[in-house]
Amino acid sequence: MKDFILPNDRDMGTPAKMGPPVTLLIDGFEVTVPEGTSVMRAAAEAGIQVPKLCATDSVEAFGSCRLCVVEIEGRRGTPASCTTPVAPGMVVRTQSDTVRKIRRGVMELYISDHPLDCLTCAANGDCELQDMAGAVGLRDVRYQPEKTHFQPRNTSGEVNPQFIPKDTSNPYFTYDPAKCIVCSRCVRACEEVQGTFALTIEGRGFDSRVSFGAKTDTAMESDCVSCGACVQACPTATLQEKSVIELGTPQKSVITTCAYCGVGCSFKAELNGDQLVRMVPYKHGKANRGHSCVKGRFAYGYATHQDRILKPMIRDRIDQPWQEVSWDAALRFAADRMRGLQEKYGRRSIGVITSSRCTNEETYLVQKLARGVFMNNNTDTCARVCHSPTGYGLGQTFGTSAGTQDFDSVEHTDVVIVIGANPTDGHPVFASRLKKRLRAGARLIVIDPRRIDLVKSAHIKAAYHLPLRPGTNVAVVSALSHVIVTEGLMDEAFIRERCDWDEFQDYAAFIADPRHSPEANEMLTGVPAADLRAAARLFATGGNGAIYYGLGVTEHSQGSTTVIAIANLAMLTGNVGRKGVGVNPLRGQNNVQGSCDMGSFPHELPGYRHVKGAEVRAVFEEAWGVTIDPEPGLRIPNMLDAAVEGTFKGLYCQGEDILQSDPDTKHVAAGLAAMDCVIVHDLFLNETANYAHVFLPGSTFLEKDGTFTNAERRINRVRRVMAPRNGYADWEVTQLLARAMGADWHYTHPSQIMDEIALTTPSFAGVNYAVLEEKGSVQWPCNAANPEGTPLMHVDGFVRGKGRFIVTEYVATEERTGPRFPLLLTTGRILSQYNVGAQTRRTANVAWHDQDVLEIHPHDAELRGVNDGDFVRLASRSGDTTLRATITDRVSPGVVYTTFHHPDTQANVITTDFSDWATNCPEYKVTAVQVSPSNGPSDWQEGYNAQAALARRILPAAE
Amino acid sequence: MPQRLPAPTEIEITALIDRHLSLEGPLLPILHAIQERFGHVPANAQPLIAAALNISKAEVHGVVSFYHDFREVPAGRHVVKICRAEACQAMGANALADETLAKLGIAWHGTTANGAVTVEPVYCLGLCACAPAAMVDDRVVGRVDRARMTALLREVGA
Repeated sequence: MKDFILPNDRDMGTPAKMGPPVTLLIDGFEVTVPEGTSVMRAAAEAGIQVPKLCATDSVEAFGSCRLCVVEIEGRRGTPASCTTPVAPGMVVRTQSDTVRKIRRGVMELYISDHPLDCLTCAANGDCELQDMAGAVGLRDVRYQPEKTHFQPRNTSGEVNPQFIPKDTSNPYFTYDPAKCIVCSRCVRACEEVQGTFALTIEGRGFDSRVSFGAKTDTAMESDCVSCGACVQACPTATLQEKSVIELGTPQKSVITTCAYCGVGCSFKAELNGDQLVRMVPYKHGKANRGHSCVKGRFAYGYATHQDRILKPMIRDRIDQPWQEVSWDAALRFAADRMRGLQEKYGRRSIGVITSSRCTNEETYLVQKLARGVFMNNNTDTCARVCHSPTGYGLGQTFGTSAGTQDFDSVEHTDVVIVIGANPTDGHPVFASRLKKRLRAGARLIVIDPRRIDLVKSAHIKAAYHLPLRPGTNVAVVSALSHVIVTEGLMDEAFIRERCDWDEFQDYAAFIADPRHSPEANEMLTGVPAADLRAAARLFATGGNGAIYYGLGVTEHSQGSTTVIAIANLAMLTGNVGRKGVGVNPLRGQNNVQGSCDMGSFPHELPGYRHVKGAEVRAVFEEAWGVTIDPEPGLRIPNMLDAAVEGTFKGLYCQGEDILQSDPDTKHVAAGLAAMDCVIVHDLFLNETANYAHVFLPGSTFLEKDGTFTNAERRINRVRRVMAPRNGYADWEVTQLLARAMGADWHYTHPSQIMDEIALTTPSFAGVNYAVLEEKGSVQWPCNAANPEGTPLMHVDGFVRGKGRFIVTEYVATEERTGPRFPLLLTTGRILSQYNVGAQTRRTANVAWHDQDVLEIHPHDAELRGVNDGDFVRLASRSGDTTLRATITDRVSPGVVYTTFHHPDTQANVITTDFSDWATNCPEYKVTAVQVSPSNGPSDWQEGYNAQAALARRILPAAE
Repeated sequence: MPQRLPAPTEIEITALIDRHLSLEGPLLPILHAIQERFGHVPANAQPLIAAALNISKAEVHGVVSFYHDFREVPAGRHVVKICRAEACQAMGANALADETLAKLGIAWHGTTANGAVTVEPVYCLGLCACAPAAMVDDRVVGRVDRARMTALLREVGA
C-alpha cells in the first residue's frame, strides 16, 4: 500500500525474523539481518525494493507471482527473493537484464487480464499493480486475450462466464473479482493474521478465484468477521473500503489509538483535509502489530452521525423539553445549580463519574474537579462495574492493580487459561494473536458457561472446556489449585523465593482440604472432575502458563475472590514475572485502565494511593492549591442510594451511560430522578440524559489530543485529526465548568495535564508527550527506575515484596434459582457491538446485530414452547423485558445468555443489585430468571420508551 | 431419466466421515468416499466435513473446487471423458468432441436427458501414442474416431 507520510511504514515484503545475524551483499551493499530473513526483506532493509505482488510483510512468503526474482551468485536460475532465506556471504543482484526481462514478461501477463480503467479505479494512486507496472518498466502488452475475467461480455456481446459481478454485501468493503490478480494475499491474511479462514481460492488454473466461504456465499454470508485484514493486504482495488470508493484516496495520515476495547490498537487515521477517509491499523502499534477488528477499522461513522448533539442544552425539570443555549449559559446554569446544591445540602451532596472512554488527561481533570473544586471525593468510574475486583485482587496479592504482561507475551506462552472472557468477540485483535499462538501449538483451557468460539473454531480447539455453572468461579479455580497442591505439581522453588512461605503453608493446608476437590464440587459447578483434574495437570506441567480473564470473573458477588484465586494459581505454578506467563485482565474499555490509574475511585488519588494518606494528599494539595477531603467519597451505587435517600443531589457524568450499563435499571432511574442537577457530558442523548438537566456535547477521540492506557498498561497517544464539531474537546469543557465554579485552571494543551500527572504520580513520573512521540508508547511504571517503561511486571520480585497467598472460600451468591426463576442468565458482548452500543449502533455494524437476542438451550426452549426467533419474556426478581430467542447448544441447559447493547431491550432491568463483597462490582453475570413466550414489549419497556421519547424533545434555540 | 436418488442424509454422511477421521490428512479420503458412495459430494456434506475436521467451510470448498473429479451433482450412469491435451488435439480431438457434444445435445459436463452418459474433458490420459484418446468409466480407449465414438456411445446407451 502507498506509504502516506510515514517513512518507516514501508512494506518490507516478508515478516521479520529472530535469529543470529547473517551478513550478505545485495547490489554491492553489505546487509546484516537475522537468520531466516528473506532476501527480499534483507534488500528492503538496505533500502532496495525488489518488485513484488504476492508478498507483504503481514503474511509469510508464498512465492506465486514470480515478480521478485533475483540473481544469486553460485545458484542456478532466478530464485524468488521472497521465499529464499539469506545465507552468510550470499551475493545478490536485484537488477540485471535477465530479471528485468522476466519481471516485464510476468507483468505483461498480469496486465493482459486486468481492466485498464486506472483513472476511474478506487485504488488509483494506491495500487501495487500500478506501482509494479511502473517499477518493471512495462511499456507494451503483446497479448490479446481471448478470454478475460473482467469483461462482462465479449466483443460479440455474449456473456462472459468468467465474469463475476462485484460483491457489495459487506457494509464496509467491496469484493470486485474483475480486479483480482489472485495473489492470495487476502486468503493468507484471513488465515495467518485474523485466523478466521473465511476466504479460499476456488477452482484451479485460469478458473482460480478468491471466494468467500462456501460456493454460494457472499462476503456477508461467509464466516467473515469484517476485520479488514484482507482489504489491507489486497494490492489492487479488488478488496476496497467503500469509504475510499466514495471519498477518494487519502492524502494524509495521523497515528492515533482506537477508542473501543481495552486492547488499544494503534491506527493510522487517513484523511483528505479534515475528512476521515479510513482507519488502517498501524504496523508499529505494539498492542495490535498491524491488525484490527471490525469496530476499530470501520465503525467510526458515529463521529459524524446525525444523532450527535453539538449544542449545549439545559432544562429546569426532566419532564420539560431541552432548550438549546450557548456554552456560557449552559455552564453558568450548571455551575450555579451545583454550587446552590452544595450550599443547601452540603459539600458532599454532589459528585462526578469519570469516563473510561475519555483520555487520561480528561479523566484526571474530572476527578480533580471533584477533589479540587467540589472539595469532596465523590468520584467513581465505570471500572466500578467491570474490573474493580481486578484492582483489589491483584493489588492484594501482587501489589499492583493491573495486568502483568504485554500482549506480545502471548507469543511465548504454552498453556493458556481463558476464564470468563470471550476474546474473539470482546477483544478480537488479542484473540487473533492468541489463535496464532494456538495454531503454532500452545494448548488452551477455556472456563466459561458458554461454548465460546475459542472452544472450537477453524484450526482452534481447546484442550479442555470446563462449562461451569454461572457463579461458581471460585469453586472451579480453587479446585484447580487443589489438584496442583495435592498432587505436588506446584513450583516450590518459585514459591519459596518469591512468595511468603508461611502464608503459602496456610493456603496449602486450606486448599488441600477434600472439600475443594473437583469431585466434591462436581455437582455444584457442573464441571466433570476428570476434565478439571486433567486441565490442572496441563496448566501446572505444560510450560509457560498464562491466564487471561474478563468480566466473567469480576462481575460476581465473589469477583474479587476469583481474581485472588487466579493470582494464587499463577503463583502456585510459578507463572509470574517472565514472558509467556502472567495474569492478564482483558480490560473492557479503551481507557478503563487509565481511568483507574488517574484516581477515579473515591478512595484513591492518582496512582492508586489512598486518600487517607496525608503525604499523598500533600502532594496534590501543593500542586492544586486546595485542601483535599481525607474521607473517601461515594461509589456509584452509594451515590444512587444516597440520591434516593435525598442526600446526594448533583452529578457530573462524563461519557458514561449509567442508566443502560449499570445493573438494576429501575434503581438507577430512581436515583437519577431524585437528583436536582444531572449534567451529562456525552456525544449523544444517551439513556442517562433522559434524567439530565444539563447536556454538554462531547467530542470524539478523533477530535482531541490525549492518551489512552490499554490493558497492558500501555500509554498510547490519541491525536486530533479534526476540529471538535461541538466546539470544545472534553478536557476543555471540564475546564470551563471548573472555571465557571470558580477554579483557576489554565491548561492550553493536554500535554500540560500529563506533565501535572507526571509531577504528582510516581508511576507516571517519566511520561510526557515528548517521550511518547519518541517511543510511540510506554507501559507504566515509567519513571527514573524504569525510563523505558515496564512491559513485564514482577520480574525480579513482586511489587508488594513477597507474593501473598490468600485463602479463597467459596460462598454462593444470594441470587439463586428456584421454582419461579429456574434459569441462570449471564450476559456478554458480541463482536460487532460495543458496550451500550451508543457508538456501534450508530454505524453499519447493525448489519450484524440489530437487536439483543436470548440464547437458550434446545431443552429449555422445548420445555417452554419457545421456537427459534420467538419473542420471549425474560423476567427476574428485579424486572422483566422481552426480546427474541435463538436456540443453541452453546449454552448449557439451565443457562441463558444475552447481550446489553440495545436500549430497547435493556437487559439490565433484569439484573439485580447484588455486588462484589470487596468493591461493589455488580453481579451482572448471574441472575435467576424465567423465560416464557410473549407477544411483544413488556409494560416496563413501553413505559420506558414513552419516558425516553418525552425526555428527548428539543426546543429550537431561542432567537 | 437421470437417477433420482433421495438426497444423502446427514447421518449417512457423518458415518462416512467418521470412518476416516483417524487417517492423517483425512480430507481427500473423506471426499473420495463420499463421491464413491453418492456419486457426488453433496452441498450439505461440506459443513459436516468442516465441523468434523475443524476447518472452515471455505477451506473445504477450496479443496472440492480444486479437483475436477469431485462433482457437485450426480453424473449419468456412465461417464465418457474425452482427452483435450496437446497430442489428442493435434489428432483431431477437438472436432471429435464438438461432434459428440452436438450429437448428444449437451455441453461439457452435461448429462444426456435419459441419464445414460455424462461427457467430460480430461487433460491427458497418457495415451498420446494412440491419440485421440477417451475413457469410458474406468476403461481407456485409443484412436477414437467418429465410428468408434458412435460405438462407445451406443454401448453406454446414449
